[in-house]
Amino acid sequence: MDNSLAIKVDNLSKVYKIGLKEQKQETLVGSIIDSIKKPIKNFRRISRVRQSEIQQENADQFWALKNVSFELSKGEVLGVIGKNGAGKSTLLKLLSRITYPSTGRIESMGKIASLLEVGTGFNPELTGRENIFLNGTILGLSKKEIDERFSEIVKFSGIEKFIETPVKRYSSGMKVRLAFAVAAHLEPDILIIDEVLAVGDAEFQRKCIGKMQEISDGTGRTVLFVSHNMAAVKALCTRGIVLKGGEKVFDGSQNAAINYYQAHLDNAANLDYIDDISKAPGNENVRIVNFSIKPLDGDIISIKSGVRFEVLLYNFVLGANLDITYELRNSEEIIVFHTGNYITTTNNSRKGFYRIASEIPSHLLNSGLYFFSIIVGQNQKTALFKGRDMVSFEVIHEASENHTRELPGVISPILSFNTIYQGE
Amino acid sequence: MSRKEKSIVIEPTTGSKIFNIEELVRYKDLLYYMVLRDVTVLYKQTILGFTWAVITPLFQIIIFSVVFGYLAGIKPDVAGMPYPVFSSLAVIPWTYFSNSVSASGSSLINTSSIFTKVYFPRIIIPLTPIFSKFVDFLISIIILIGIMVYFKYLPGTNVVFVLIPLLIIIITASGMGFWLSALAVQYRDFKFAMTFMIPLLMYIAPVTFPATLVLEKFGSTLYHAYALYPMVGAVEGFRTAFAVGKEMPWDIITISFLSSLIIFFTGIWYFRKMEKYFADVA
Repeated sequence: MDNSLAIKVDNLSKVYKIGLKEQKQETLVGSIIDSIKKPIKNFRRISRVRQSEIQQENADQFWALKNVSFELSKGEVLGVIGKNGAGKSTLLKLLSRITYPSTGRIESMGKIASLLEVGTGFNPELTGRENIFLNGTILGLSKKEIDERFSEIVKFSGIEKFIETPVKRYSSGMKVRLAFAVAAHLEPDILIIDEVLAVGDAEFQRKCIGKMQEISDGTGRTVLFVSHNMAAVKALCTRGIVLKGGEKVFDGSQNAAINYYQAHLDNAANLDYIDDISKAPGNENVRIVNFSIKPLDGDIISIKSGVRFEVLLYNFVLGANLDITYELRNSEEIIVFHTGNYITTTNNSRKGFYRIASEIPSHLLNSGLYFFSIIVGQNQKTALFKGRDMVSFEVIHEASENHTRELPGVISPILSFNTIYQGE
Repeated sequence: MSRKEKSIVIEPTTGSKIFNIEELVRYKDLLYYMVLRDVTVLYKQTILGFTWAVITPLFQIIIFSVVFGYLAGIKPDVAGMPYPVFSSLAVIPWTYFSNSVSASGSSLINTSSIFTKVYFPRIIIPLTPIFSKFVDFLISIIILIGIMVYFKYLPGTNVVFVLIPLLIIIITASGMGFWLSALAVQYRDFKFAMTFMIPLLMYIAPVTFPATLVLEKFGSTLYHAYALYPMVGAVEGFRTAFAVGKEMPWDIITISFLSSLIIFFTGIWYFRKMEKYFADVA
């Protein structure tokens, strides 16, 4: 393997056998015979889990990962993004040697530590101190290495006072902090992280992100990071790959990967029926052929990028006044805005395509998931078509000097302030 | 990087190597803390604490002495050895064996939440109970001393050989632990089978009766075949080591020792062959 590489993944696949629906006997004799045959059937079923030969196109096979290849240089921080079930966790499990590939090969250089879960092996009866040593050795440290880092770990966790207390008396937050403190001091050559940042309070999360940046900066540590949190991927990673249905569909810079994910995979951010209008959502009056969401600036939809949204509809209603109403809701079902616009004003609608584009300015929407619904109406009275949650998109938070972390609120405006000292 | 780098290759076939000593040495501290955890956690929140390690075998010895020694009238094959001494010299090592086999056999099932999250040499999991139950064994030696003092029975010079049968027990228990844990994590049937099979194994071992009874009743060929069951040489050897005026039964100890090695190495082989599927089936 090339010396500058940390990980080389070659045509990696993982196949799981999935249970097919069992046939149920309906007669008494049938079920008696069945229960006699059952042990043999069960034995075959369980044994099949570890069969290594792979038959193509088998109904009871599930390809959790299919022919994935990539190389990771030393010091690179790779973000792995994809929807649930895209194969992210399987990839991490293969890289961390928890499970073995069905075909393909992984070669890695240096000590690997994987954090698929923090606090693995924590025992509630043991004290914080004992758990640091148990958890640390499970994660591959030696007693000597833990001894050297012990005070630092305790300090980082911020629970010095409770270090001799059994972990079962800890709050869940304290447990997570202790667990992450151990994990943060592993100092491996390659670190594999799965969404551990989704835990703990905001302050501790910030500390973790800081610690991870410290890990990846300068020390030449290679990091593989799986997350749903696009903001974290953007902040931490230098490169991104996108998985879909077990296959690698994109490999590039982290911004390009996030952009690809938002544009192609993220909750069907784009609706596109340009190839076959007859299947487009709508009815005999109007069909929504295309609905796209894009950033105004750059390639990622973020708080400061703003959003451009564009609808292409095909109209069948002649000589009417058409209007379109947009309703944007966030993931808490709060209506962010409800606004309409005329498409035609003088009873002159024609058969054919209308393209309506608009923009949401930057620094308006806060980070989060948003859902667009539209209503196409006639003469501001009758609704020709209502489409709920037609597209959705995520606005991500980008860290900047005055906004280091995500803030609450529906909107995130930049306001100008004027402060004058008024005297005593 | 200062550390000597070695590339790790993960392929569908990885993991068939019989024993990765180098890796086990690197993870020795993990074994230590796993054992420590087992030992400290086991008796937490109990009133009697470590006394439990004494109570279980003690009751067994009392019952065996009444049922087999007094009612059934089984005579020890050592002149001058009272039945309770005879019985405790077998029950104590047997208890260690059965406790470690059953804990080791179910160890993988019980730790699935750990080994599906982190990589470490899986063989440490079934090995842990072999060591942690040894602490119980050492504590239960108190009973042995107590009973021998009570019956004023002083062990002979053969007592120096006691480590050999003990070694057979450790090797057999580990081997069976490898086999059973790897099987039970795939086929949970073994979990149920273990709970009644292990006590049954005791009745065919020379725990309640002397092994020489088999020699008397079935002849020497069958007696030596009987020793293929490693606990025959182990229990009989352990007991004879304390007996006064009886030769060590080296013939059956040798047979049992070789047989225990077969169980041990086939156990490692099967465990290593199957370990790459553990995370998928657990």
